[in-house]
Amino acid sequence: MIESHHLANAAVAALAALCGVTAWRGRARLAALWTRRPLAMLAVGLYLLVGALDSITWVGGSRGTAPTDLVALQEPRSVIDRLFPPDFRERSYSAPLAAVEFYDGGALRFPGRHLLGTDILGRDVLLQGLKGVRVALLIGGVASLIVIPLALAAGMGAGYFGRRVDDAVFFLISTLSSIPTLLLLIALVMVLGRGTLQVCVALGITSWVGFARIIRGETLKLRELDYVAAARALGASDWRILRRHILPNLTHLVVITFVLLFSRLVLSESILSWLGLGVDGSWGQMIDQARDELARDPIIWWTLATAAAALFGLILAVNLIGDALRDQLDPRTTR
Amino acid sequence: MLAYLLRRLAFGAVTVVGVLLLLFALFFLVATPDDVARKALGEKAMPEAIAQWKTNHGYDKPRLWNAAAPFDTMLAEHLRRMLTFDFGRSDADDTPIVERLREGVWPSLTLTVPLFVLGLVCAVALALLVAYRRDSALDRATQVACVVLMSVPILLWIVGGQYLLGKMLRWFPISGFDPAPAVVLRFLAMPVLIGVLAHLGQEVRYYRTVFLEERNRDYVRTAYAKGCSPSQVMRRHVLRNALIPILTNVVIEIPFLFTGSILLESFFGIPGLGTMTVDAINGNDFATLRVMVFLGALLFIAGQVATDLAYAAADPRVRLE
Repeated sequence: MIESHHLANAAVAALAALCGVTAWRGRARLAALWTRRPLAMLAVGLYLLVGALDSITWVGGSRGTAPTDLVALQEPRSVIDRLFPPDFRERSYSAPLAAVEFYDGGALRFPGRHLLGTDILGRDVLLQGLKGVRVALLIGGVASLIVIPLALAAGMGAGYFGRRVDDAVFFLISTLSSIPTLLLLIALVMVLGRGTLQVCVALGITSWVGFARIIRGETLKLRELDYVAAARALGASDWRILRRHILPNLTHLVVITFVLLFSRLVLSESILSWLGLGVDGSWGQMIDQARDELARDPIIWWTLATAAAALFGLILAVNLIGDALRDQLDPRTTR
Repeated sequence: MLAYLLRRLAFGAVTVVGVLLLLFALFFLVATPDDVARKALGEKAMPEAIAQWKTNHGYDKPRLWNAAAPFDTMLAEHLRRMLTFDFGRSDADDTPIVERLREGVWPSLTLTVPLFVLGLVCAVALALLVAYRRDSALDRATQVACVVLMSVPILLWIVGGQYLLGKMLRWFPISGFDPAPAVVLRFLAMPVLIGVLAHLGQEVRYYRTVFLEERNRDYVRTAYAKGCSPSQVMRRHVLRNALIPILTNVVIEIPFLFTGSILLESFFGIPGLGTMTVDAINGNDFATLRVMVFLGALLFIAGQVATDLAYAAADPRVRLE
């Protein structure tokens, strides 16, 4: 019988194949990036690997599971889950590698095995941090999938056709961009409801405007070039000109914007999490939880440190790659 | 000039209407008054209770179309009340929204104005220095530092700052606010410091590219040729000409000073408009949230129209566009 996690696995496989093909076709660029930013590339590769492994799930079949442990038997668990023993949790806080509970000193079920300690509900912090990778990639990825087609359609349409289309798009853009981003984001999530997809849609709607503006400007320029005029003289349709002559010349902008957008989206989610509007299991929620923990005495620092380091690492690596890409691809920034 | 003025004002007005329609779509069509009532009363509320709640909070008219009286709809009501600043009462605790706005705007301004001025001065000064020493070790180090600063989540700045400066070093109170001029600085120092740091990376990077762009212009070469020293060129020529892009960037931010800083205010317990927004989120107070979004957009549009008119007054070429 086909269940939802089978479909998810198939989607991951398809996505991995797509990424593989794209990477192979752009291998020259990737090699150039690798020589410029090896560490950042390595870091992003690691994050991608963890995210992919956490997306491959199946039911049952883990060693050491008692046949009475119904949860472990029935719920699909990912490769990352399976790196840890089933039901890997304590009753409450424990420090990294501690043998006893943090506050009342009770015995742990897994003494010395929580590398980064456990949180208030006794969940392993390292496992939570690793699971956050998939959430972060999902948010950035899905929101970008909304932003890029929307911005391309609006920007190219406005720039190429001009007149009515341009007026309509310009009005939409100026309306959306006159609302402060964070307020609009909050209003959207409040209205759409809380959940991963809703947050991604809200992030998508608030983020496409600036990108559409860039695309529109670039299309305006490209439209006037000789090869477009030549294509039109040969009788090419608008659709063909847009697809074969204008879109390929916008690719560098799409790639640069995607990378820089990605880090902004993940950061925005952490702010939403803090307002109680975020996605379950994200690093933002872990940081949010850590607010109270720093006020305790003695303080609980490991949740905050793990989530913040994971988030910071991903954002820094992506930002560094984005900068390198911009220097490499964008003719305007060559100095 | 008059034609340009009228055109610009008309477009501003159209944008305001666009924002209002968008708000209506979000708050009345996507999340219907029934949804809002159910959020306030609980999922299992009786239909009578929901109808009662809607009557009490003024959500009981037909939303889009009323055959008997075409202007007696929620849409007309929404437009009329927003445009006359008759914001009504909060959905959560029935206090008049205007009153809370009046209370909140001063604490917000005492936080955002120093934050804005200090942040601007620091960013421009640092960017000028770095652009002056372009490609030096200092420039490279600053560029790396900017990317690092940009990548730190703002939550980490706030939580880390509160812990380090407030709890460990005990330099400042962890949170709280007191409008008395003698002590207000004690409460504001930390949020301002953290706010400046959190945005410094991005700002310095932006202003650095602005200055570098200006440095490649012909008038800079001329200035060098006539014997100006590098620091003279930077101060007298580059900084002055770069003021236009700087001002454009700055003027856009001024309207947001009034709506406060959501994150800083609620973390540091400053009772401003940002805190009001957070309370509205937690209390499912859609009426207040709607007003905050509208005011933010209105201030922004007004600011933009004012800037454009100022440009048109200063530069005749703009009017012809």
